[in-house]
This record gives sequence, structure tokens and C-alpha cells, in this order.
Amino acid sequence: MVDTAEAIVQAAGGAADGEAAPDEEAAALAAHFEALLRAGETVEPRDWMPDGYRRMLVRQIAQHAHSEIIGMQPEGGWLTRAPSLHRKSVLLAKVQDEAGHGLYLYAAAETLGVDRADLLDALHRGQQRYAATFNHPALTWADTGAIAWLTDGAAVINQAPLTRTSYGPYARAMRRVCQEEAFHVRQGYDLMKALCEGTPAQREMAQDAVDRWWLPAVALMFGPPDTLAGGADARTAALGARVSAQAIAWGIKRHTNDELRQRFVDHCVPQARSLGLTLPDPGIRWNEERGHYDFGPIDWESYRGALADDSHTARRRVAHRVAAHEDGAWVREAAAAYAAREDAPEAAL
Amino acid sequence: MSRETEGVTASWEVFLRPRRGLSHQHVGSVRADDADMALEHARDLYTRRGEPLSLWVVRSADVHAASPTERDPFFSNARHKPYRYPEHFTPLTGGGDHDDDD
Repeated sequence: MVDTAEAIVQAAGGAADGEAAPDEEAAALAAHFEALLRAGETVEPRDWMPDGYRRMLVRQIAQHAHSEIIGMQPEGGWLTRAPSLHRKSVLLAKVQDEAGHGLYLYAAAETLGVDRADLLDALHRGQQRYAATFNHPALTWADTGAIAWLTDGAAVINQAPLTRTSYGPYARAMRRVCQEEAFHVRQGYDLMKALCEGTPAQREMAQDAVDRWWLPAVALMFGPPDTLAGGADARTAALGARVSAQAIAWGIKRHTNDELRQRFVDHCVPQARSLGLTLPDPGIRWNEERGHYDFGPIDWESYRGALADDSHTARRRVAHRVAAHEDGAWVREAAAAYAAREDAPEAAL
Repeated sequence: MSRETEGVTASWEVFLRPRRGLSHQHVGSVRADDADMALEHARDLYTRRGEPLSLWVVRSADVHAASPTERDPFFSNARHKPYRYPEHFTPLTGGGDHDDDD
């Protein structure tokens, strides 16, 4: 993660150098781009934009799109084991939405001059990432509730400001996503509530799911620290701060990762309390002075170590995605052959 | 024939009339090999909620756009003509602002 961040900072620096080109026309284009950002206008696909801006967007939108479709897997595995037809219908609708969110985002990325086939290829080769949150296994039915309540809840907090991101197609995709994401969080909370009001074993299952999904949500859904962090995390935080500062200067992000993380904790504490569940962080307590809940520090270095890309679940997620793509090849070929048949209506054009 | 390059699934722009009283609006795009499949994909992607009235798909390659590099001269017709706006003229007085929607 740190390496990727480094590359972005360098790319941003490189783009800044490019802008200083003596060419008057280039300077005018750069000035126009800056003026759009200052005025709070969106940048649209055919506008000139710095290479670094384009690269940061492609990387962020692709990672976001990949997270949506990989994120279908942990919950998708429970579709055939849902405890009732109602819960199954709801989960199916939710997982289908995630596929849709991926498609909105791949389409948005394509407006930046990349092809979705190449993005998928990069995902399959492990060259582009998705949220490592989904490299955790969904072990029980309660996990589907905890994932929706906590990781989708985190996603809403992350994504609501992105509806005002500076790149028009991304902002429009995010508006669509956010409208649907609220349903995801609500149904997850509803599922957890049903378990919490059930038998002792069901309550226990709900608590166990929260114990396992809290850290992935609070840490990984918001990314590395990008404000203050001490000790071993100081370098990560400094680097994160530079990336976030550039993303905020370009209007891609509106808030730091740490601001959004705090907002998430502030939302979750009262929700957990009303469910009667305990968030697995003894450091959580109301801080009157700050007007926020304090929470325990995240040990990023050791957490990242435990989540290496070659973990069993990570390998399984990518292998499943690759298999789905390869197993579907005959469908794509058949559709193309059918469309190209001699008596196809369009062949007459 | 308007078929795209071999091996690349064509892109289609999707227009949705979400409800009565509104025109078709551009909502996004899908990839599909022909119009029927594009309509089905567009339905699955853009109409999972609400009660949409109508859906169009148009091949992205068939959309003709004004060139962004010639935007200024192309749209110059709208510029420097303040007399096209009511504010350019003396307000109506006395009998109520019947030239004003408010």
C-alpha cells in the first residue's frame, strides 16, 4: 500500500513539472483546469487534465470498481444458505447492486481513456487492488449482517463526499451508488437486530461477527492514516498525508481518511449500543472536549503484515473472479457470434 | 456496417424516462453485442428500482458530438447578446410582473 502511495506522490510531482512547460497553450489549459477546480465546477471527460490527476482517478475508480465486484463474494456465498426467503431476496438484491456499482464505476473509469477489459485483466493479475476488507472470510450468517452494517456503513461515509468529487462521471456514478447503499446498511442493521433479539446463540453469533468485522471496517475501508500517527506508523501517516493533500487539492477527495474514520466511529457507537453489541475496542469512550468518541490506535504495521496479499482468502477471492471470467468466455463468444449472424437486423445497415 | 473492432464489445449509451413528465435522460452506458442485449443489460443496471416508463439505447459510436476544441467558435452564437434576456430591458411596472415567472 505504501509503495502505491509513493508512486502516486511521484506521479503528482511529475505532472506538476509537466504543467510548467513553456508552451503557452499548455499553460492556458492548466490555468483553465485550476479555474474549474477553484470555482467548484466539475471536470468533464473531454477537458484537459494533468496526467497525475488522470492517473489518480483511474487508480481510485478502478480500485473502487474492483472492490464492488470482489465484495460480492463474501455475502454471495451465503445466498443459498439464507435462513428465510425474505432474507434471501434481500441479500440477492444487495449483491446484485454491488455488481451494478462495479459497472457504473468501470464505465466512469472508461471515460478516462482506459478499457474495462484491461482493468479486469490488471485485477486478475494482481496488478490493481481492491479493498483488503474483503480478504476476510464470511464465516457465519451473521457476517452478512455485520458486513452490510459496518463495511457498507463505512462505504457510505466514504462515498457521500465523493458525490461532489471534481470529476463529473465519478461524481455521477457515486450519486447512483449512494442512493442504493443506504438500503444495504439498513438491511444489515435490521439483520443484526433480528439476531440480537433472538436466542442467546444468535446473539453470540452476532457479537462474534462484529468482533471480526469491526477492525476491517474501521481500518481498511478508510485506508491508511493520513494525519497524526506516532511510532512505527509515522512514515505511513506522512506519506498518506501527502497523497490525501494532493487528492484534496484536486478536489478528488474532500476529507482525510482519519476524519472519515472518526465520523464512522461516531456513527457506530450509538448504533452498537442500541443493538446491545460491544464494539471490540476497549479504547472507545466519549470525549467531551473533542465532541467525538475516542478509539484505540490501529497497529497498522502488524495489521498489514497479517493481511498479506497471498493470504488464503485473498487467493480464493481472485481465483474465484478469474474462474467466473474464464467460465463466462463462451457466453461472450456466443453473444458476439449471434450479433454477427448474417440475418441480424443490424447487419443490413 | 457499424460493427466495432472485432473482439471488443460495443458500447451503448442508455437513456431512461424515469417517470411521467420527464424526457428521456442519459443515465450511463453498457457494453453489449446487439441492441436487444444492450436493452436487457440497461434494464438490469439502471432500472432496479422505481417504475421506469421507457428505455432507449444508442450505440456510443453513433453519437456525434461538437468538437471540444472548437467549442468557443461553435457556441459563439450565444455570446454578447444581452438583449436575448428580459433583464436587458426596462421592467414592467404598475400592472404586476406578468413577464416574470415568480
